[in-house]
Amino acid sequence: MAKKELIPRQPMPEQAPEVRSKNFEEVPTGQSPETAIREAERCLQCKKPVCVDGCPVGVDIPGFISLVKEGKFTAAISKVWEKNGLPAVCGRVCPQELQCEGKCIVGKKNEPVAIGNLERFVADYERMNKKASLPEKAAPTGKKIAVVGSGPSGLTVAGDLILKGHEVTLFEAFHKPGGVLVYGIPEFRLPKEIVFSEVAGLEKLGVKLECNAVVGRTISLDELFEEGYDAIYIGVGAGLPRFLNIPGENLIGILSANEYLTRSNLMKAYRYPEYDTPVIKGKNVITLGAGNVAMDSARTALRLGAETSRIVYRRSRDEVPARAAEVHHAEEEGVEFFFLTNPTKFLGNEKGRLTGMEGLKMELGEPDDSGRRRPIPIEGSEFELECDLAIIAVGAGANPLLTQSTEGLKLNKWEYIEADEKTGKTSKKGVWAGGDIVTGSATVILAMGAGRQAADSIHDYLTIGW
Amino acid sequence: MFKIIAREEMAEGTVILNEIDAPLIARKAKPGQFVILKANETGERIPLTMADTNPEKGTLTVIYMVVGKSTALFRDLKVGEGYQDIIGPLGAATHLEKVGKVVCVGGGTGVAVLHPITRGLKEVGNDITCIIGSRTKDLLIMEDLMKAASHDLRVCTDDGSYGHHGFVTDVMKEVLEEGGVNLVVGIGPVPMMKAVCKITKEFNVKTVVSLNPIMVDGTGMCGGCRVTVGGKTRFACVDGPEFDGHEVDFDELMLRLQAYTEEEKKSYNEHCNLVKQ
Repeated sequence: MAKKELIPRQPMPEQAPEVRSKNFEEVPTGQSPETAIREAERCLQCKKPVCVDGCPVGVDIPGFISLVKEGKFTAAISKVWEKNGLPAVCGRVCPQELQCEGKCIVGKKNEPVAIGNLERFVADYERMNKKASLPEKAAPTGKKIAVVGSGPSGLTVAGDLILKGHEVTLFEAFHKPGGVLVYGIPEFRLPKEIVFSEVAGLEKLGVKLECNAVVGRTISLDELFEEGYDAIYIGVGAGLPRFLNIPGENLIGILSANEYLTRSNLMKAYRYPEYDTPVIKGKNVITLGAGNVAMDSARTALRLGAETSRIVYRRSRDEVPARAAEVHHAEEEGVEFFFLTNPTKFLGNEKGRLTGMEGLKMELGEPDDSGRRRPIPIEGSEFELECDLAIIAVGAGANPLLTQSTEGLKLNKWEYIEADEKTGKTSKKGVWAGGDIVTGSATVILAMGAGRQAADSIHDYLTIGW
Repeated sequence: MFKIIAREEMAEGTVILNEIDAPLIARKAKPGQFVILKANETGERIPLTMADTNPEKGTLTVIYMVVGKSTALFRDLKVGEGYQDIIGPLGAATHLEKVGKVVCVGGGTGVAVLHPITRGLKEVGNDITCIIGSRTKDLLIMEDLMKAASHDLRVCTDDGSYGHHGFVTDVMKEVLEEGGVNLVVGIGPVPMMKAVCKITKEFNVKTVVSLNPIMVDGTGMCGGCRVTVGGKTRFACVDGPEFDGHEVDFDELMLRLQAYTEEEKKSYNEHCNLVKQ
């Protein structure tokens, strides 16, 4: 019997590296209906779909893929929406290789089904065609929920609870909604129009949006309860940039990744002077750290005209925390990597501007607390790198602005909020928390997963009790 | 939109006062706190310490000097028009406590920032001597308000056109020499605050300054406003804006304020040319 011909994984078309490294347009350009259907045909429609186990929000993956296979794209997006309110975002930024696609049976012997690309395809198809009807809302319960922070977890909570019939208000400290999806992730990886369209969808369902509202300053949690909110979800993100604490770090030209990306993305400094906010455009740029945020920073620097964009990381390639796809994209575009390299000092001129960085070469020793081999400096390996912009992307801590102004909210030793792993309940009655302010810096989809759990628990509280 | 309900030009039109409808912020704001304002969709986020608030009326007042494109956009907003975004109140409030004799020193638009702080310090029972100054008489602002907020107001101009001929620091030194001063609050251009702190250190009098470095979010998220205080990096937006002036590295602050000087000039010139056309 002739063996059924294997369909290869359909490649995602992309802008060529030498072109895209000079513009802010999205890098992958999206699949056509034909290639999407062909990709969907690769799915085995497993009886026990392990891919779904790998999804923090439990999307019915074989369900929506079989609809794609039949060309029923509108039905497919409705299927995804049942579990995920932000598919256009997740299709782009989820680490699928560690989640759904990492578990895909096809992936055992061949390349896994491109679940992320298909999710993105159906979401984009719907955004262009607007054929799907809004999900149905349950009868009004008369209960009011305040969601603090409009990043991925806050948006998930808002979307889930509005459908269950509650009134939901989203409070955002910035002047635009979306949190890290808007201030952090660059346009070339996640066009802002997509985020605003997802938020507009929530508003259509009845979610109220209050921007410029710094909860903890403009209004406190207790005042929200006094105003008649029955439950509060805190999803404010980590939001405190870590610095290296080495000499010269306050020179002009050294920015936290938060500042660099916020200027470029939220404030649109990449379109300066059409937009008024400037950002330092380095000729020789160094990014410290090797997570996804570091890749975003180094790639943004190239697009803003840098001649060299270098990633300096104190561990080796094996320990790089960024997604492989991001590292690959960065390398293709010309970002250089300096592994096992640790900065020790920044150098500046008489105007207080950055001119270079001193560092030491490292070697790997015994595993540390994180299980990764600890980098140890090699004596006498000092070196100097010229740079006029350094971006510090070594992670974030817990921003204390809200937590310190709130009584009765228990924090852990790193000042993140203590919340129940299954429900997101905090030590303060009627208050839930999730996402990076609980776990420390993680991913969009994990924050969404935490939002989903909390929304379920909030619904139980409002209908059954604490 | 945050509507402007009153507007005044001061100091020959170089300094503008806006009273703005912002009930949520006005209800919570305390002396020493600031807001971030953004004129329109393409505008920058600009931090300004509030010059006054009226919780009953639901308004806040900012007073700023027109120095670049963003403040020029603010200047061009008329009564009835408004700011697209205002965020606040941000930063830590002034620590208001009865300590005895307090000298409040203000220069330029720093006087506007000094006003609610001075009033607050008077309300808790301090004996207030206030010293305000400007380059010349016509540039002096808020004389009447500062008089009402203090027990003894002294005015100086650099050119001698009004009040004492000389700098605020000269007058402050005289007052310090009289003795009995428990606290100095100095707010104005960075070189002025640096000079104030140099003198008060000689007299060993605790001195509070209010800093306004470059900021983006104002909530401790970006670290752009970092200043060195007592050898440690602090964020002015959440740890400040007020700090112990004897601990502040003013030289570093002055340099950091120059980070975008070229871009600011370019934007301002382009804006002025556009307006002329």
